Amino acid sequence: MLSFLLRRLIYTLPIMLGVALVCFALVHLAPGDPLVSILPPDASAELQEKLRELYGFNKSYPEQFLRWIARALQGDLGTSIASGRPVSEEVWRAVGNTLRLAAVATLIGFIFGSLFGFVAGYFQNSWIDKAASLTSVLGVSVPHYWLGMVLVIIFSSTLMWFPPSGAGPNGSTDWSWDWEHMNHMILPAITMSVIPMGIIARTVRALVADILAQEFIVGLRAKGLTNVGIFMHVVKNSAPTSLAVMGLQLGYLLGGSILIETVFSWPGTGFLLNSAIFQRDLPLLQGTILVLAMFFVLLNLVVDVIQTMLDPRIARG
Amino acid sequence: MLNVAVDPAKVPGLVVEKSTGYWGGVGQRFLRDKVAMLTAAIVIILLLLAIFGPLIAPADPYASSILKRLKPIGFPGYPLGTDELGRDMLSRLIVGTRLSLFMGITPVLLAFTIGSVIGIVAGYAGGPINTFVMRTIDIFYAFPSVLLAIALSGVLGAGITNSLISLTIVFIPPIVRVAESVTTQIRSRDFVDAARASGANAFTIVRVHVLGNVLSPIFVYSTSLIAVSMILASGLSFLGLGVKPPEPEWGLMLNTLRTAIYVQPWIAALPGVMIFITSIAFNLLSDGLRTAMEIKN
Repeated sequence: MLSFLLRRLIYTLPIMLGVALVCFALVHLAPGDPLVSILPPDASAELQEKLRELYGFNKSYPEQFLRWIARALQGDLGTSIASGRPVSEEVWRAVGNTLRLAAVATLIGFIFGSLFGFVAGYFQNSWIDKAASLTSVLGVSVPHYWLGMVLVIIFSSTLMWFPPSGAGPNGSTDWSWDWEHMNHMILPAITMSVIPMGIIARTVRALVADILAQEFIVGLRAKGLTNVGIFMHVVKNSAPTSLAVMGLQLGYLLGGSILIETVFSWPGTGFLLNSAIFQRDLPLLQGTILVLAMFFVLLNLVVDVIQTMLDPRIARG
Repeated sequence: MLNVAVDPAKVPGLVVEKSTGYWGGVGQRFLRDKVAMLTAAIVIILLLLAIFGPLIAPADPYASSILKRLKPIGFPGYPLGTDELGRDMLSRLIVGTRLSLFMGITPVLLAFTIGSVIGIVAGYAGGPINTFVMRTIDIFYAFPSVLLAIALSGVLGAGITNSLISLTIVFIPPIVRVAESVTTQIRSRDFVDAARASGANAFTIVRVHVLGNVLSPIFVYSTSLIAVSMILASGLSFLGLGVKPPEPEWGLMLNTLRTAIYVQPWIAALPGVMIFITSIAFNLLSDGLRTAMEIKN
């Protein structure tokens, strides 16, 4: 177990370095001068030079990369060109909002996804199975940003049950667990939960079908175990994989929330990315992508470790 | 010298059934699968719309009218109403099929070609080349696909070509992984060893013995990405990072109609219905192909 952990950690380090390199390269692919958005068109050469030095754009690429990494390790992601505030400050506030939304959405998706998956796997080829399979196909096929629009049309503009946008009353961007704020979260969370729900339902159905076809289930039945007892065995055997899928889905939602956050004006990382892109705020763009990608890498690591703890056969394999 | 060859047709009472072969079996299974046939029909209709759309469309999809903005569904002369610039929705949806399908399918085709080559080379070569390629792919895999697509498009700027480039880059890593894993499996089979022992060079072995065995699974896996690609491509246009106005494309139409959801909500939702239908059809078609070709996950 310990050697597995160590191996997994050592394997993650070069990936993290590679991810940082890709984030860095990505932003330097950008055509045009990174300072173009804040420099007035008639800026003097002297001012341009000064700003370039301030943001470090006058150094060579390898030097810029190393400086950026060294600073990022200390929690300093540079200064946003558009707002002039530290990037890390902006990203952390937004990450909190996105993380809450994605976590709630993953939980909803996991509960309903495993429910559908279990029912479908237990009653294979019955109408319940077909209905559950159809639901999961619809879930993975729906353009979620469009689903968000439709939910706004139905529940906000027609029925007026929930607010159409924002994360809190009067455009508040700070979170608290009261009804006013949760009310704002319902529609985006439901919209977001549809993707993991479809994928988890598919995975769990296949898992349950697979487990039920194994010989030990026949053995348990022969031993006289009740259906409830057998069900517990199925849950126990399907847990590691379905939890792993859930963890990965959380990661995908963190990175993929930009479309839904745009529809609902949710003040998270997607919203931040959007403004960074359209204002050509390269340090902010670089910082946000780096934090999200690192989150995803770490989440993968945690999922692997938990999965191995639940099912030690994986470490030996 | 005795002639031992017997022509089966001349033997009375002997019925020889011609074997249908692998592809015959695939065709039979596919034809019997009702869901697959239905989705194949939808895909064919969509492809026909993409090809002949401009000829079928009742009106000019670009002709705007200030007086006829956001007319409801069923308005005389406009069966599906008009958009925020007074353009005929039905015509824009029909004509938009071409660009929308093009934006969704092209990245998968490009990624299939590039990813297969990289994956097969890595899988067949093995050793340090394999390690290098696969570790590089792991790095791209460490990005959630939506994030990578949006970041790339955001950096490159809006436009059709840039969207295609960023989506292709997003789909290469998963295809390489599949291609590498099936090639590694085939490479360890006896017939590959036999070919090598009989003196065939690497290129011949890959062409004759490997390609035929690995292309089907890679292809079927790639078709399952078309639905994702459709949603992502229109998502990029929805964010203003893909196709530029006034081109009719479903994602972009959703974007420009978003402000109209309080005026004509159901018209604003229409382009999404097209994306939804296309994505379901490709998903189910891919499932049908997988079953018919007897490919396991």
